[in-house]
Amino acid sequence: MNDSLGIRGGRILDPGCGVDLVGDVLIREGRVAAIGPDVATEAEHIVDASGLIVCPGLVDIHCHLREPGFEHKETMETGTRAAARGGFTTVCSMANTEPAIDSRAGVEYILRTAAAQGAVRVLPIGCISRGRQGKELAEMGDLAGAGAVGFSDDGSPVADAALMRHALEYSTAFGLPVIEHCEDLSVSHEGVMHEGWVSNRLGLRGIPAAAEEAAIARNIGLAELTGAHLHVAHVSTRESVELIRRAKARGVQVTAEVAPHHLALTDEAVMLAATESPGGLAYDTNAKVNPPLRPRPDVDACIEGLADGTIDAIATDHAPHAIEDKLCEFDFAAFGISGFETALALCLSLVHEGKLDLSTVIYKLTAGPVRALGLERFVPGLGSLAEGAPGDVLVFDPEAEWVVEPERFVSKGKNTPLAGRTLKGRVVATVCGGRAVFMEEGVAVSHGR
Amino acid sequence: MVDQSTRGKTAEEVRPPESVELPSWERRHVLDLDDFSRPEVEQVIETADAMKEVLGREIRRVPTLRGTIVATLFYETSTRTRSSFELAAKALGADVVTVAAAASSVQKGESLVDSARTLQAIGANILVMRHRQSGAPYLVAGHVDMSVVNAGDGWHAHPTQALLDAYTIQHHLGDLRGKKVVIVGDILHSRVARSNIWGLTTMGAQAVLCGPPTLLPWGLRPGYRGNEDRALPPVEVDTNFDRAIEGADVVMALRLQLERQQAGLLPSLREYVQLYQVNEERLTRAKPNVLVMHPGPINEGLEISPEVAHGARSVIEEQVTNGVAVRMALLYLLAKGR
Repeated sequence: MNDSLGIRGGRILDPGCGVDLVGDVLIREGRVAAIGPDVATEAEHIVDASGLIVCPGLVDIHCHLREPGFEHKETMETGTRAAARGGFTTVCSMANTEPAIDSRAGVEYILRTAAAQGAVRVLPIGCISRGRQGKELAEMGDLAGAGAVGFSDDGSPVADAALMRHALEYSTAFGLPVIEHCEDLSVSHEGVMHEGWVSNRLGLRGIPAAAEEAAIARNIGLAELTGAHLHVAHVSTRESVELIRRAKARGVQVTAEVAPHHLALTDEAVMLAATESPGGLAYDTNAKVNPPLRPRPDVDACIEGLADGTIDAIATDHAPHAIEDKLCEFDFAAFGISGFETALALCLSLVHEGKLDLSTVIYKLTAGPVRALGLERFVPGLGSLAEGAPGDVLVFDPEAEWVVEPERFVSKGKNTPLAGRTLKGRVVATVCGGRAVFMEEGVAVSHGR
Repeated sequence: MVDQSTRGKTAEEVRPPESVELPSWERRHVLDLDDFSRPEVEQVIETADAMKEVLGREIRRVPTLRGTIVATLFYETSTRTRSSFELAAKALGADVVTVAAAASSVQKGESLVDSARTLQAIGANILVMRHRQSGAPYLVAGHVDMSVVNAGDGWHAHPTQALLDAYTIQHHLGDLRGKKVVIVGDILHSRVARSNIWGLTTMGAQAVLCGPPTLLPWGLRPGYRGNEDRALPPVEVDTNFDRAIEGADVVMALRLQLERQQAGLLPSLREYVQLYQVNEERLTRAKPNVLVMHPGPINEGLEISPEVAHGARSVIEEQVTNGVAVRMALLYLLAKGR
């Protein structure tokens, strides 16, 4: 069989299609041709996946690839290679570049650069407002026409409620979601971490949970008013989850995502790093992220929200930064965590701790995000191993342990609060469109018959 | 540079008193009091006593730290803390390098770590730093080999102030155990309050924090569910000053930044005075020999009435004097411990 790849003998998990079996995945001409026992014996190239998990390539609906404008933090090339290293085969790039992606030309630039340099599929998100200024709407029709899959001013919440209302209304003409970073800036007021006992202990200005919750409550109200699709980015508090749960129950078209770091870390990570710090207080700028890491009850509520379906997807919010953006006073440090290469293992820690089952975690990284944003219409079969779906496959070892060494990240962003931590769950191979875009050292593609 | 004060003296004449010779001092940095033990605080206090004796001499200078370079790096204007450190260093015979951030490479975009490393490269042994951002001295301490002394970082800590406060209280009232110390004012934005919470509780005093709810940090406000293990130690909090001051051994007023009112945290300064000013009438509720303290600089007539600030129970000026002795003690212990 020419141009075919067989991934043989793994446990195939495709929760979106209800598949859980041991067998082969056969990819032919870049698409899934068949799954099942011994369907790939004739493949031209073979990857041995025995003892490993085989699932659809992960889909990340929220990441920052930094190009154009911040190529010292990340480029299309390094960002998509880091994604592949982390098991992702499709990523949605946020629009807060320089210039911001608020025009047809911007979307076309992303698609063109990704086609030329990207290791994985990139689906661009366009701005809600011109220049992300929150003053006038961006040309959402033109953005949609060029291929934007949603609208977001991520990083800057839309402060003006009337503009938000209009953005939601207008978006219905194109059937695309408005993805909102929900934060009332007048409440968070230049805060740099979660407001709680840790911020008090460290003397840092706090961001209360209410800054997020107030904005979510407002935006749910506006989604209900307009009938539009609101997607809430990076949910991080207990009451946020509850607000979304109640909105969904009464039929509001709202979806939501949570980031791996909000599922696995608490605000104490700012104070205590994995390595010893002078005076015992880390002031770890690598744990500075927006929304901030929250206390345990909020983390548990986010996990519960995933389990009961309130939260549709796990999205990395991969936010790479240069060394100098983080090697400075905590107040001055940039917000963000370089997340691609630790996302899967962090999520698997929830499985190892018995908090979520494996198929739920895989679902929230594959079919969950695809359905949340309605990405099927752009890439039929995305996030599944159904026949004819893109040949996007992740092979991983859920039990393999490794130590996080940021200096070995593929991403330019070495900013992770997990440095030195041992994680369990490792990507063995990532296949995108039938092509191996990442192979763990020592893993070989052998020639079949 | 010729040192006029010790010229012509032999080393014997200017040697510090015997009591300064103390057993061991393991600490490299002084970043906050949260990791100080009671014996350590006592050691500082005892050493400061010896230093105070030096300061009482006709020639207020000993050569103990000759050859040691103390650098002061201040990113925030400060008159008293910086001059206090500089006098302390000079009284011990150390060389002092002063960097005012406004005139330094900060404006050229040099990072904090680079600035600190530059001072280390020119030979500084001890870096005394003040910074507007909480945690800045911790960042520096993680990237240099010098000793770092925190002279105030943001809202977080001001350990030498809390040490001189403990020293001053002990000087007047003896053992701090069981003493009721009421800190009143803007606790939220106060590094003095935070370091004093550690210092006072370590020494066994009962710390009571008092202020309007908008100036009390989350976690200290009434109704908070309790303190976690690693949080600030448990302290009493009261928003009613008339009640809080009952039976106080010490009342410590904090400086109120006038912009707090403009930021919407207070309805008016007039109301603040009515509810939280330390004045004669309120002091009648405290113990008769109550000590009145203030870290300075004072807004007279705002957080404290002029009569009280300059009255018989005020030890505010003495705090300033003791500050030099306490800082001498710390510089001495750090230099000798290296």
